Amino acid sequence: MSAHAAGLRVCLSCQQVCRPPAATSAPVPCPRCGAPVSARKPDSLARTWAYLIAALILYIPANLLPIMRTESLLGSSDDTILSGVVYFWVSGSAGLAILIFTVSIVVPLAKMGILAYLTCRVRWPGRADRHQLSHLYKFVEVVGRWSMLDVFVVALMVGMVQFQSLASIKAGSGAVAFGAVVVLSMLAAGSFDPRLLWDNNGQPDDER
Amino acid sequence: MTVVAEDGLAACPECDELHSRRPLPPGTKARCVRCGTTLYRAPSRRPDQMVPVVIAALILFVLANVYPIVILRAQGLVNAATLPASILALWREGQEPMALLVFATTWVFPLFDLLTVLTLLLLHRRVVRPPLFARLLRLLLMVRPWGMIEVLMLGVMVSLIKLSKMADVMPGIALWAFIGLTVLLAVILSYDVRVLWQPPQRRGVS
Repeated sequence: MSAHAAGLRVCLSCQQVCRPPAATSAPVPCPRCGAPVSARKPDSLARTWAYLIAALILYIPANLLPIMRTESLLGSSDDTILSGVVYFWVSGSAGLAILIFTVSIVVPLAKMGILAYLTCRVRWPGRADRHQLSHLYKFVEVVGRWSMLDVFVVALMVGMVQFQSLASIKAGSGAVAFGAVVVLSMLAAGSFDPRLLWDNNGQPDDER
Repeated sequence: MTVVAEDGLAACPECDELHSRRPLPPGTKARCVRCGTTLYRAPSRRPDQMVPVVIAALILFVLANVYPIVILRAQGLVNAATLPASILALWREGQEPMALLVFATTWVFPLFDLLTVLTLLLLHRRVVRPPLFARLLRLLLMVRPWGMIEVLMLGVMVSLIKLSKMADVMPGIALWAFIGLTVLLAVILSYDVRVLWQPPQRRGVS
């Protein structure tokens, strides 16, 4: 039985279960920690989509603009996320190339795709296995932060390579756009309420 | 308008399934019967045993920021960069939003996390808790996902490999401090601070 069906709510901050006064759909203060407690995250789907669309828009400059500019006596070169991956692949660090390709290209796309799919599944439940959907959401929650890797690499390279006129590295506008994509998609994941996946049609779950 | 606390119950934050709370043996956790999410844990360590871990992590945090991460040598020029200096360099060259993003996720939030956990652990033993206690614990749980020291650690490794191709790279003290800090933070994050909501148990009472 779900807490909602029993007229109860759980505080997402401290996980205290509480019984709000009957016939209230507004958020109530948690009796233990004082955080506002709603039955479900407010406007979950609308907020998730708002962050997702913003992230998708920024995903374009994040990949097209250079994230890093290397200036040396031999001239200057611009690196995008993809050319950074190619650089590692060509220079013989295949393992690193795969790591960066995964966290900077596969993970952000997979994350946005999965969240979009989950919001659609809330609207149109169909015959999807809710256990699988819930695993997908957990994957998105765990893996999202690792996409910040490229942003940190650029920041560290900028600080470390400062040899006056000999060589210097500057951050490109692609890096901040990419950072924004990661932050916005983390906010999108946080706004999505996974409990909606289990709510549909109010059918009891008989699998266990 | 009264909101009644139901202390004997637990509800899954991921699927809303209702459970009745049971006391757990130390070091174990309760999982949701429907979706498998961890509902609550009984830590194997007492709150006061966590205090030295947090203090050690704070010392490593200071070392990681004071000393250079790497020392670079290229054609007779030497450059040693600390994490704060890297963030400052970003700021100076006009990448203010990015500098703020890195500063927040690798400096402000992790430091706030450590200081807050320490404060909460020390306040936990008091019989009457200051109103600050609840607010701090709430803030801590909100800020936690945004501290990204472990991702920074991986970033340090990747940039070292990248740099080793263009210059002589010597690891600095901060590199070792970061490795230690990542390990200690993993220990601290695996300690479920939510147990601090419960009032301290008196010893000698069975």
